[in-house]
Amino acid sequence: MHRLLERCGNDVLGGALMVIVGLGAWLQGMTYSMGALAAPGPGLFPAVLGFLLMPIGLAMAVFGKRAPARNEAGPRPEWRGWFCIVASIVAFIVLGSHGGLVPASFAVAFIAALGDRDNTLVSALLLGVAMAVVAVVVFWWLLQLQFPLFQWG
Amino acid sequence: MIAQACLDLLQGFGVALQPHNLMWSFFGVLIGNLIGVLPGMGALSAISMLLPLTYTMHAVPAILMLAGIFYGSQYGGAIGAILLNLPCHPPHAVTCLDGYPLTRKGKGGTALGITMISSFFAASVGIVVMIFASPLLVKIAFKFGPPEIFSIMLLGLLAGGTMSRGSPLRGVAMTIFGLLLGGVGTDVNSGVMRFTFGSPDLADGVELVALALGFYGVTEFLRNVNRMHTVGGDTRLRMRDMRPSKAELKQAFWPMVRGTAVGTLFGAMPGTGPTITTFLAYALERRLSKHPERFGKGAIEGVASPEAASHAKTQVDFIPTMSLGIPGDAVMALILGALLIHGIQPGPQLITEHQDLFWGLIASFWIGNVLLVLLNVPMIGVWVKLLRVPYRFLFPSALFFIAVGVYSTNNSLFQVGEVVVFGLIGALLVALEFPVSPILLGYVLGPMVEENFRRSMLLARGNLAIFVDRPIACGFLVVCALLIAAQVFFAIRSWSGRRGSIRERVGLPEALAASDD
Repeated sequence: MHRLLERCGNDVLGGALMVIVGLGAWLQGMTYSMGALAAPGPGLFPAVLGFLLMPIGLAMAVFGKRAPARNEAGPRPEWRGWFCIVASIVAFIVLGSHGGLVPASFAVAFIAALGDRDNTLVSALLLGVAMAVVAVVVFWWLLQLQFPLFQWG
Repeated sequence: MIAQACLDLLQGFGVALQPHNLMWSFFGVLIGNLIGVLPGMGALSAISMLLPLTYTMHAVPAILMLAGIFYGSQYGGAIGAILLNLPCHPPHAVTCLDGYPLTRKGKGGTALGITMISSFFAASVGIVVMIFASPLLVKIAFKFGPPEIFSIMLLGLLAGGTMSRGSPLRGVAMTIFGLLLGGVGTDVNSGVMRFTFGSPDLADGVELVALALGFYGVTEFLRNVNRMHTVGGDTRLRMRDMRPSKAELKQAFWPMVRGTAVGTLFGAMPGTGPTITTFLAYALERRLSKHPERFGKGAIEGVASPEAASHAKTQVDFIPTMSLGIPGDAVMALILGALLIHGIQPGPQLITEHQDLFWGLIASFWIGNVLLVLLNVPMIGVWVKLLRVPYRFLFPSALFFIAVGVYSTNNSLFQVGEVVVFGLIGALLVALEFPVSPILLGYVLGPMVEENFRRSMLLARGNLAIFVDRPIACGFLVVCALLIAAQVFFAIRSWSGRRGSIRERVGLPEALAASDD
């Protein structure tokens, strides 16, 4: 699978992705009422867009570069950073609905900071605390954000 | 008519100088400048982060503040581009070409000084053009019915897609993707839920702020994490260094004027992004120069001209955005979204119905630019220090502001989730070399394009010939067709050329792709 992905260039992959998105939009658009040209229904516009996207994706895949330019190694995948960034916002959502603003603010900055290799546990903790303070003072107190500081359940 | 425009403008100054409005304008300019200087942050992230703040404000100060953030961040971005070779906002990529070599020669201060003079000059010219062109455009704009608006929007979308960086096919594909995203939610005509995947949270559509912060915040962080470290160098700058000599001023004067002309011309055209404008201004200067080999090694003209072009375009861009409702680029699309949120329908009526807003905005542009010069010259030392904020603190704090900012738009945690989803989609698309700006343009214009198409069809009882029968609409469609034909021609030529011998095509989009990023 990995080999296969590498053998296709970005053009082929991108083109294929666009064909899939277009096909999905077209099929889904067809399920809404199409209406007539004199009174277009809600399905007409999305279906036409999806239909247009398919040949564009196809053209990209066909006329694009077949093999990727292998003159330089692409940037290394940065799994730790990527995981922490996504996890930080997910934590904000989960803690926001089950813990309140303070733990959520602390978590988003703390987890994201851990994604950077230059940060130590202490500096990440400090940043998290700082952001929790900003959340309370600026957003909760000054801007009257509707978000309980702590909540359970 | 000109006398009337001057009177209106005077009234506009009255609006803009009201302490309340002036305060928000100043605040916007300051924050914009601050965020623009920070590495990895540009106008788009600045505006989308602060957009939720304006929801509770009155429309006039809200728009004044957003506009202030916009040109403030452009001033700020130039600092990072020239001193550190870091183009945070794509148009500044061209400024880097000559700005950074100047810094390495120890002339960074002069380059910044020239940048500020050019920006201020270009913005002033752009504002004057706006004053005189807007009433004229309004007269024409009243002739615009749904078919005309549909066809000019089509042209804008097509231009935005084909002229963005990367290949035209990718740009158009992204425009269509954006149009589809704009269609998510309840259809206003029939009440049918479209593309909601059964989730009631999507019934009101995709949130603009979540989309913009996903694509321009989270996507950028995903790309830069652990790749950007301590960005700041040990550049030291004082006010004295910024004053250019007489010879340098003379050298920069005509490039500045020509850059302004290029920017003004392109600002009035919908869909042409700022990057292409700055690139054209730079290319023009190099073509005209007697010593083209100096460019790229620290030619002061190479800084003056593109900076002037980008600032003139910024100002003039407000004309199509406000009077026709057609944004020139992604930033304008955001400002258009803000107008809509405040219940102001952009269009020819805007200038007559919301006089205080329109003329107040124009007056505030000028005041804002004066404020920027006042802010930047004495405080350059502070801005340079800001460049040294380490990325490891910057992006976690920014993520916090993004999360809370998106939550505060509708008190909805679901929309915070949208940010992650769009961030990941954006990262995938960027990895596949797709440009993301056309998505935002398509997203904002999508509902309007569909609405105007449906209205034209209702008017014409389903006869598509209405687009050819009306002269203005037909004209725009002819330009669209020419644009497509030109792209197909270039594509065929380059394709057959590549198969024969490996010959470099010096096409604009590809040159842009090389200069960008």
